[in-house]
Amino acid sequence: MDRFVFLTIDGLSRGAVYAAFALALVLIWRAARVVNFAQGAMAVAAAYVAYTVSAATGSYWLGFVVAIVAGLLLGALVDRVVMRHVDHASPLNPVIVALGLVLLIQAVLGMVYGNEFRPAEAPFSRSALTVGGVAVLSPYDLFVFATIAVVVSGLAWMFARTPVGLRMRAAAFAPEVSRLLGVNVGGMLTLGWALASGVGALAAMLVLPTELGLHPHAMDLVFVSAFTAAVVGGLDSPPGAVVGGLAVGLLLSYVSGYAGSDLTPLAVLVLLLAVLLVRPGGLFAPVAARRV
Amino acid sequence: MSATRAAVPPKQQLVDADRPVDRRRGSTLLRHFAIVLVVGLLLVGVSYAVEPFRNFQLATVAAYLCATAGLTVLTGLNGQLSLGHGALMATGAYTVALCQNAFADRGMTGGWLLPLSLGAAIVSTVAVGAVVGVAAARLRGPYLAGVTLAVAVVVPALAVTFDGVFNGEQGLSVPVEPPPMSLGPYFPYERWQLWLTGAATLLALLLLANLIRSRYGRTFRAVRDDEVAARLAGIHVARTQVLAFVVSAATAGLGGALLAVLAQSVSPGAFSLTLSLFLLMAVVIGGLGRLTGALWGAVLLVALPDLTHSATELLTLSPAVAQRLEGNLPLAIFGLTLIVVMIAAPGGVQGLLSRLGRRLRARRS
Amino acid sequence: MHRLAQRGLAIASTIALLAAAAGCSGDDGSGPGGASVPGVTDTEIVVGTHMPLTGPASAGYSKIAPATKAYFDYVNANGGVHGRKITYKIMDDGYNPANTQQVVRQLVLQDKVFAVLNGLGTPTHTGVLDFLKSNRVPDLFVASGSRSWDQPDKYPGTFGFNPDYTVEGKILANYAKANLAGQKVCFLGQDDDFGRDSLAGVEKVLGAGAVAVKQTYVTSNTNVAPQIGAFKAAGCKVVVLATVPGFTALSVGTAARLGFKAQWLVSNVGADHPTLAKQLGAAAPLLEGMVGTNYLPMQNDTANPWIQLFTRINKEHNGDAPFDGNTVYGMSVGYLFVQTLLAAGKDLTREKVLEAVQKGGFQGPGLVPLRFSAKDHSGYGGQRLSRVTGGVQSYFGPAYETDEADGPVNEYTAAPVAPPANGVPTVS
Repeated sequence: MDRFVFLTIDGLSRGAVYAAFALALVLIWRAARVVNFAQGAMAVAAAYVAYTVSAATGSYWLGFVVAIVAGLLLGALVDRVVMRHVDHASPLNPVIVALGLVLLIQAVLGMVYGNEFRPAEAPFSRSALTVGGVAVLSPYDLFVFATIAVVVSGLAWMFARTPVGLRMRAAAFAPEVSRLLGVNVGGMLTLGWALASGVGALAAMLVLPTELGLHPHAMDLVFVSAFTAAVVGGLDSPPGAVVGGLAVGLLLSYVSGYAGSDLTPLAVLVLLLAVLLVRPGGLFAPVAARRV
Repeated sequence: MSATRAAVPPKQQLVDADRPVDRRRGSTLLRHFAIVLVVGLLLVGVSYAVEPFRNFQLATVAAYLCATAGLTVLTGLNGQLSLGHGALMATGAYTVALCQNAFADRGMTGGWLLPLSLGAAIVSTVAVGAVVGVAAARLRGPYLAGVTLAVAVVVPALAVTFDGVFNGEQGLSVPVEPPPMSLGPYFPYERWQLWLTGAATLLALLLLANLIRSRYGRTFRAVRDDEVAARLAGIHVARTQVLAFVVSAATAGLGGALLAVLAQSVSPGAFSLTLSLFLLMAVVIGGLGRLTGALWGAVLLVALPDLTHSATELLTLSPAVAQRLEGNLPLAIFGLTLIVVMIAAPGGVQGLLSRLGRRLRARRS
Repeated sequence: MHRLAQRGLAIASTIALLAAAAGCSGDDGSGPGGASVPGVTDTEIVVGTHMPLTGPASAGYSKIAPATKAYFDYVNANGGVHGRKITYKIMDDGYNPANTQQVVRQLVLQDKVFAVLNGLGTPTHTGVLDFLKSNRVPDLFVASGSRSWDQPDKYPGTFGFNPDYTVEGKILANYAKANLAGQKVCFLGQDDDFGRDSLAGVEKVLGAGAVAVKQTYVTSNTNVAPQIGAFKAAGCKVVVLATVPGFTALSVGTAARLGFKAQWLVSNVGADHPTLAKQLGAAAPLLEGMVGTNYLPMQNDTANPWIQLFTRINKEHNGDAPFDGNTVYGMSVGYLFVQTLLAAGKDLTREKVLEAVQKGGFQGPGLVPLRFSAKDHSGYGGQRLSRVTGGVQSYFGPAYETDEADGPVNEYTAAPVAPPANGVPTVS
């Protein structure tokens, strides 16, 4: 029983980060209908900027803020300089460009910082507090949960209640009509990229202290898990991303705890198939509009 | 500019590929056969003209071409995105390894064993492809990508899980017999490898090319362009999609099997998710939906790392700088090329070539 | 018909282009036994290697080959070997066996290297063993502790360098048996031959049932909390780690997080203190008391003449790159290779090099003997234990030697040799 509690908490704390990263994928998908395979590499780039700032100033929090700002800027930059000029007629083109970006960003990071692991510091203790002999959450886990709760509710509020959020939704779902109504569709798109990339950078800052450390490839595996989470939840649904992230985190933890870590990829595939064969659009898919 | 981004129907890019083709006289089969024969003869000539390493590279191109051709049929002609073709290649590769080892253990020899193993590799990949294909037929876009991505991660991992059979990360060796004695005692092994893979690949391409021009090829395209319309026209959409997946899997399996034969070994590290992603990049850069595009893609997969490495070798750098650039610079160049090509020529290399060709012809007439 | 011609032309031109790209190579001169030795002229010896310089597995390892190259540059600056300069071609395979296939063929068939030196990685190098054998390319000092390199009958041209993982497991277990008797021993290993061979060594010394909890990890899953949690629940006191550096750091960090304390006994693969400390950052003090193994001079031992030599070469020929265990390793490989070339004599052939290695008797920076003989192609046959005290990793106790079978773990008492005055070995 102790072990079950332990594995559950461990899974939830990792799942929370997958959720944040999945959320970033969902944001771009909703805004631009692109699965951003470069999300991981972009987030790592932002985290390297944070590392440089923190190392120079000695302040974790300054680095943290800079990472998010760098993420926002990088997202806008990627949209303006690259993605805007890609022919979106085939949904594959942006995917390939994103893969190209991954190679480019990782190679540049490797040139600038070297292919060595750098320490990723955590702002709070990661030692778990024990309650009745069972190790439960650490202060860092609480920080992660709180941050992600703030981000999710903040985004939900923005999309539902603010004019900017409404315009972004309109621009994504009906660009032509929105344009006629005077919405700056291009600007909304850039804003979507920036937001998603900022959330991605935040997720990287949260996940890296629990990983091997800072490395150009540090987010590769996280990306795979987060993409799975987003697909399980449904790419159109922010709550889906959160639920998917937690589900994937729990699954990974249970399987490596009870069955063996080599079985985790298989378990993820089974989860995906089980969900998608019942609901081909993910758990939180909108109702299908038309079927013949 | 940006307003058109989401609004353009997602089929426009392949118009080129679907130029009406059936107005010509003569048998398609015969025409394709003639092309294959010419290319085959050329290949034999080339195999004598170039040195062993180039023979090996060409053989590798041929093996990758099997996989990219299958992928371009699936993704380009049938509209199904697969991030898992590396895993299908692994299936073929491991089947060949297991068969060849079984034959070697029993002391069996003979020229017919390798074709038998390759056949087994295709059969096993078809089985796996059918299973994935049935799931895939229910899924669209990123959801299909998600499942195939998971497949790409799972299959190499199984080699570690069942290391009793697959020998974990270290993988299996693939015993392959030397060239037949009738070719002479000093026949270069790499030339033999090119003949072998070249023959298998040309055969696979011949079948694929005929399939594309057949009724099935038309149903593939119909399903890609508009599922509803295809269904109204009496096409069984799910069945067509599964068929496309199975065909694509068969060629990927053959490609993987040929790679295993070339390398004389298989290991999960060679069939990672990266391979699947690179295959996809290759077919799109080459020109999606066309077999010639698949050829360019396969050539790129083999030549680009080599070219960029040679390019970086030309620079003389201090050791400190060289250590940072070594390895990273080729990847950066590759990534940048990918982005620039996709922006400048979304139809890929083949799209660019046909545009050039058309302009030339227009000028002539 | 027009289209047919057009397409045929397209394909033909493609192939012609490829053939042209192949360049103006002469015929391969397919006869056997040419007079000249591949990769050797009167002024140059070309050798090559495959290494992960990029990708997730490149951390640390990417520094080895440049260090070896720096040592060769140093030797070249001092007149080379028998008047020949050594050219070292470093190819990046990203730790991907498919790339290894390509780059090793390029080295052998295209660049015509004399030998492949210090190719890194078990899965990567396993795939090219047969190719190197059939081309009769000496395959020297493979950078991995797998036992696959020691198959003189099957692969007569292949030689190891690292002590194998079983030897290492036996020496670590021997320490636990002698100094931590009665404490519960547990094991965490990578889920491949590294972990398996190491565990086999541990069990050879402690007995088959003596390891209380055995856990494995895969590099694709960076969460080891379930494994460490199992150790904690079972009350392990001693944990043997057969882990790569990243996972050593991760295990130690996770244990601290879960409030689990143990004596760590770490494989040489994952015990380099500077690498681990860098990765753990502020959490580096967690490494205090960690016992590791090594068989080359400790990189921080500035009194050691080998370290002084290598530090100097690193400054002069390696752009003063950060100096760590990988640098020492790379330069030691270079030193051994130069010794081999010298022993092979002025009329260098591939056969002579193999004979020279098999003859053995090399004395260099290593703390333990190299085992090379006609019957044994494995590298170093032992290790010495190190401990981290006050943030400094240093050796303690004697060096040990043993075999990968059931032989005892013996102390190795021969005194270490000093490097030659100018840092270049001479013909013995």
